[in-house]
Amino acid sequence: MLTKLISDESAPSMVGGRDFVSPSAKPGSSALQPTRGEDLVLEMRGITKSFPGVKALDGVNLKVRKGTVHVLCGENGAGKSTLMKILSGEYTIDEGEIYFKGERIDHQDTSEALERGIAMIHQELSPVPEMTIAENVFLGREPMMGGGKRFSPLSIFVDFRRMVAETQQLLDRLGLKYRADQKMGELSVAGMQLVEIAKAISRNASLVIMDEPTSAISDTEVAMLFSQIADLKARGVAIIYISHKMDEIFQIADDITVIRDGQYVDSNAATVYDENKLISLMVGRTISTIFPKETVDIGPVVLSVRRASRHGVFQDITFDVRKGEILGLAGLIGAGRTEVVRAIFGLDRLDAGEILLEGEPLRLDSPADAIRNGIAMVSEDRKGEGLVLCRSVRENISLANLKQFSPRQLIDRKKEAEAANRMRDLLQIKTADLETTIECLSGGNQQKIAIAKWLLGDLKVLILDEPTRGIDVGAKSEIHKLMSQFAKQGLAIIMISSELPEILGMSDRVLVMHEGAITGELSRESATQENIMALATGGHK
Amino acid sequence: MTTNVETISQPGVGIISRIREMGFSAIYRKYGTLLIFFGIFILASLMDDAFLTTANLTNVLRQVVVISLLACGVTFIIILGHIDVSLGSVVALTGTIAASVMSMTGDLSLAIAAGLFAGLLTGVINGVVVTYFKIPSFIMTLAMTTVARGAILLYTAGVPVSDLGEDFQIIGQGNIGGFPISVLILVVAVAICWVTLHRTRFGRHVYAVGGNAKAALASGINSDGVIRKAFIINGVLAAVAGIVLMSRINSGQPAAGVGYEFDAITAVVVGGTSLMGGTGSMMGTLIGSLIIGIINNILNLMNVSSYWQQVVKGLIIAVAVILDVMTKSAGARKKS
Repeated sequence: MLTKLISDESAPSMVGGRDFVSPSAKPGSSALQPTRGEDLVLEMRGITKSFPGVKALDGVNLKVRKGTVHVLCGENGAGKSTLMKILSGEYTIDEGEIYFKGERIDHQDTSEALERGIAMIHQELSPVPEMTIAENVFLGREPMMGGGKRFSPLSIFVDFRRMVAETQQLLDRLGLKYRADQKMGELSVAGMQLVEIAKAISRNASLVIMDEPTSAISDTEVAMLFSQIADLKARGVAIIYISHKMDEIFQIADDITVIRDGQYVDSNAATVYDENKLISLMVGRTISTIFPKETVDIGPVVLSVRRASRHGVFQDITFDVRKGEILGLAGLIGAGRTEVVRAIFGLDRLDAGEILLEGEPLRLDSPADAIRNGIAMVSEDRKGEGLVLCRSVRENISLANLKQFSPRQLIDRKKEAEAANRMRDLLQIKTADLETTIECLSGGNQQKIAIAKWLLGDLKVLILDEPTRGIDVGAKSEIHKLMSQFAKQGLAIIMISSELPEILGMSDRVLVMHEGAITGELSRESATQENIMALATGGHK
Repeated sequence: MTTNVETISQPGVGIISRIREMGFSAIYRKYGTLLIFFGIFILASLMDDAFLTTANLTNVLRQVVVISLLACGVTFIIILGHIDVSLGSVVALTGTIAASVMSMTGDLSLAIAAGLFAGLLTGVINGVVVTYFKIPSFIMTLAMTTVARGAILLYTAGVPVSDLGEDFQIIGQGNIGGFPISVLILVVAVAICWVTLHRTRFGRHVYAVGGNAKAALASGINSDGVIRKAFIINGVLAAVAGIVLMSRINSGQPAAGVGYEFDAITAVVVGGTSLMGGTGSMMGTLIGSLIIGIINNILNLMNVSSYWQQVVKGLIIAVAVILDVMTKSAGARKKS
């Protein structure tokens, strides 16, 4: 790691202002004429990448032309981010070929990718808020004093004056009204995004990857971002742009490539597509897996959410869940679904609205309150919030219901082990024995433990946030079976999932969220991939 | 070349192949502390004839009592992923208060109660400030170090409390049936701590909060309450240690206990408890304390200067932590 950082301080002279050609070259009406194969900056052929248990990418192709915006489309989990992480050097490929500016590149690391001129702007930005803009822009390749002479005694000192001056030049040229010596933390998210772009430019990137850059910024800021993108194009820089927002895609795209389930689907000039066509290409799969959903008599309302709001996260959320019902919460990542269920579980406070259990308003100050009332949540972040990885299977299963085995303080270990064993059998958790630390188990088995820990208690509502994310197909269908079983036993289940087949296959009813609001409710019969996707992207129904 | 070597040594039998299979790190993680203990015990017996005598071994036990008591308390704190560097000062504060009450009233139980109460109070303060203001425990207990030391120096004007009478020294020096009372106190304390950590709900919560605070919260555990309770246990045990220490020297020494927290933390870490939190055991801590005690003893027997002793102890904690990190990351690498 450390060596990577150090080796990254490539010659500081590279970033001098003189390297910039003034943007006299016009975009050249690039909207038309997708003469593919000509003037390619990047060509990826047959890219295949597997993770343990999952084939994330299978023979994906991508061709990006110089000076264009290439939008990469696909559902959550289609493999877009994996593909981009291969480009930026975070992952290596199993099979396939990558040509960048006509040159074949194989395995590279992130600093190598940067050196070649591939810059990635992550969905979650990683600036250092306590450092100035200049320090952030030059992070890891600070200009040194002593005029770049290697043996000058001054060459161990950072030339802050030059760093600030060059950054300021850069900001001015880009029309950004920030001071180079301003703290990064003072900027808005969009501001930081723009500075990240400036940073990419300062590195003379010829390919900039933007992963959902507008997911956290306002409309005016989007306009600023788009004008910067137009500027970049004019300089001949190619941009790979990942977005879910339909209006945005058609506003900015020159070319579009669609991938689905890790496979290449289609690629063409943006003018060839319209919204409906794009959506159907993105979701176009028929549901191949048979979901073990059983019809259950749906009982009275168990949990009600009334006009719940949390400032800047979700607004005016109202819905009910009934006994025996599986309620699917669909939407894109960042739509606010997780935040809503966190509030139901007492992890976050509501600013307005209320949550009722069987008609009684609940006071939820912490998860302990929710658990006492029979509400449980299996977090999407199983390792971060669900499990204590360094402890055993037994301890993790009993953790939330220790009181059952210790009416006073002393734990009845026999009873505890019995209960853990019961859960192991019920959920078919594959482990050598109950004392194994769960770090050593597979994702599927860990997930089963994250569910098992709640089943010991007296449950009414079970919230499952991405219950099958990152686990193999076999375990997936086992968990689906369990969900069906729980519903049959009278649990009310709220399931968040970003996989449409799962939503369609398991839900009795589907709520779709977009940008913190519920944009639609669909019955099991009326829900289709297309209408969910349309509601989730805020598009037209 | 390397493959050659491997294929040749592959068909090893018995223990060797078993060790090969498990790997050094797995074995160290499981039995490391015990192996080190026996290794050092045998080494000490060989190095000096005076080591393996009843009188000397009893002496070793007497000497480890204070540090072991501190180590037991701070084990809870370290498993929680926190730290307490104020132990030495708290020992001086609580022990001297007990001695002072003894010299004023002559009532042993009152003296003990006063000392324990002082320890409880420091625990409450440490715990409440750490959890309420979300201050790193290192900083809070660092502050407590100077506050407690300053307070007891103020109270005694820096003069040791003497004239404690016969009763007071019973705790540190007396015997029951030929067995040192102080060692009995330690045995009882270790037993209580062991049960608390390994057999109660509270103990389970300590591991959960230390292993993953977010998951503990999402399991309905009040992490702040757990941390506060642990600091209180830790403070009370430090007071027990302080009273035993002052009783052994039969005076209230406001300048005593300097650096004891270091020995206690060393004992805990050598005992296999990770400074990252989430793992560790009370038996490990006890064995760790004995290891430190034996090392101190043998260095004394061999007339090694106390300066060298400090160097040796420093090296031990460094090696223990390096082994902890190495065996852990080796395990992680194997998995991925």
